[in-house]
Amino acid sequence: MSVLVFVETDGGEVKKSSLEALYYGAKVAAQLHTTATALVIGPAATDLTTLGQYGTAEVLHASDARLAQANPMAYAGVVAAAAENAEVVVIAKSSLGDALAARAAGKLKAGLVSNVTELPDTSAGFRVKSSIYTGKAFAVTEMKAGKKILTVKKNAVSPELTDASASVKPFAPALPDADFAAKVLSTEKASGELSLSDADIIVSGGRGMKGPDHWQPLLDLAQALHAATGCSKPVSDLDWRPHHEHIGQTGIKVSPNLYIACGISGAIQHLAGVNGSKVIVVINKDPEAPFFKAADYGIVGDVFEILPRLTQAAKEQLGS
Amino acid sequence: MKILVCISVVPDTTAKISFTDGDTKFNKAGVQFIAGPYDDYALSRAVELKEQSGGTVTVLNVGDADAEPIIRKALAVGADDAIRVNAEPTDAYFVAEQIAAIARQENYDLILMGRESIDFNGGQVHGIVGELLGIASFSPVMKLDIDGTTARFAREIEGGKESLEASLPLVLGCQEPIAEWKIPNMRGIMTARTKPLKVVEPVGHDSLTQVTQFELPPAKGAVKMIPAEDAGQLITLLRTEAKVL
Ligand SMILES: Cc1cc2nc3c(=O)[nH]c(=O)nc-3n(C[C@H](O)[C@H](O)[C@H](O)COP(=O)(O)OP(=O)(O)OC[C@H]3O[C@@H](n4cnc5c(N)ncnc54)[C@H](O)[C@@H]3O)c2cc1C
Repeated sequence: MSVLVFVETDGGEVKKSSLEALYYGAKVAAQLHTTATALVIGPAATDLTTLGQYGTAEVLHASDARLAQANPMAYAGVVAAAAENAEVVVIAKSSLGDALAARAAGKLKAGLVSNVTELPDTSAGFRVKSSIYTGKAFAVTEMKAGKKILTVKKNAVSPELTDASASVKPFAPALPDADFAAKVLSTEKASGELSLSDADIIVSGGRGMKGPDHWQPLLDLAQALHAATGCSKPVSDLDWRPHHEHIGQTGIKVSPNLYIACGISGAIQHLAGVNGSKVIVVINKDPEAPFFKAADYGIVGDVFEILPRLTQAAKEQLGS
Repeated sequence: MKILVCISVVPDTTAKISFTDGDTKFNKAGVQFIAGPYDDYALSRAVELKEQSGGTVTVLNVGDADAEPIIRKALAVGADDAIRVNAEPTDAYFVAEQIAAIARQENYDLILMGRESIDFNGGQVHGIVGELLGIASFSPVMKLDIDGTTARFAREIEGGKESLEASLPLVLGCQEPIAEWKIPNMRGIMTARTKPLKVVEPVGHDSLTQVTQFELPPAKGAVKMIPAEDAGQLITLLRTEAKVL
């Protein structure tokens, strides 16, 4: 019984969060004295033999033309077919990953734990730690089912690469027509934008940014740091920023290495979405803003004065 | 059109989370429970769809009797009747099995729920229900319109959204801005008291996962303040001290 890792691509490129998941899967396989297999679905621009660097010897590639567009139901079918001999299926947390994990769990009658934050304890049984209550606590869950699916949060492991290369095999399971019954009418996607779930650094703005026309200083810093951009709920409710940037309890939950909050008060519902971050920086003109209590570094002052200074320092020191 | 809305009963978003019994049980003392905020979006849209084109909205909760005031609130917002499956919602597969068992008898056109519950944040139930019923499921859905037996909806994808069209029946995990949260009015609260709330016993299952231990995150260290005039120094510290740049 092996470990299967679903490797997600975006525009054909393998996502960074999936490389972490792959490394995670290889570690689990080592713990269970078995091997990890990667499963790539859809067209791949990345050279898939390089996935060997993350600890997998074999890559299955399902490249049927109908899989070119990410379709959670069809993808779940492919994952379930590839998981026939797997005990553990590892999937990086993402909106696609979540949706297909649930369908695959239904197909396989697998135990499923979401938001896993560490490698499992396999010394007796199979126990995993995951983030619950939107980051306000953790649970250790015993997984008793013969098949187990884990969705893994960013930063659960830090990959150490080898120079191994993987062999790539085509994988062509039956694809039921029913999984393609929904018609995609249109797709709107910000191109070239770093996705929040993949970003190591996020610069995020709140109502303190004053309005949609004042975002440039924040975007400049994000660019200098190669960061993704996020926002608080009122900001997306007011249409200052697109909804997919909304972070928090009712938005996207992120766990980057660095989260920089600009003019965000730090309401508990916002904190819930960011408290998995390694380092939090808060910039707010109000020294009493609750966000400072959750921060590692803080600057009290006007965002419109501070952001340009940070951008300049970043450009000088990072040469960006 | 027959719509089923599944609601989770969860601690209020501002609740302080703690555990008892050697960190093996959630501490309910002093915690206010609410219907999951995402479930509230699903309910609000269901009621709007009913107001537009008729039909019925049934609310379903898997939970104990303490959930009933919250179920009544959903009735006050405009659902017609409710079902409570009398069981502790121990894992997503179990909850999905309960929903699927009821849906098999009732043939709903639409099964709506939040994209995830805010206690375990799994986002699993809708997908498993869809799979158990053999019908399509989508999540997170942020816009939904129904035209006869066709649903047109938008799903959030990373960095954007995808607009889709599919035939009913469907299972959808919902999020904002699918609808505005509805607040019950006095008339709604009065009529909710006499709307039917049926209690049924769960169907059997074998538990696939079991939480053995809870933990709270380690306390955050003190924040290091940097003077605004020296803002650039932050970049230095992030590089050399925190090592995140
Ligand atoms: C059920 C529920 C779910 C929710 N989910 C979410 C969620 O997922 N995400 C989320 O973000 N919120 C969520 N909220 C809303 C949340 O409670 C707060 O209202 C929201 O986070 C506040 O956003 P904000 O910090 O941008 O705005 P505000 O609270 O208005 O804060 C603005 C901040 O900017 C500062 N400021 C103003 N001008 C400047 C300046 N020139 N320079 C520097 N600082 C400045 C102010 O001091 C203030 O601290 C939820 C609420 C509920 C009830």
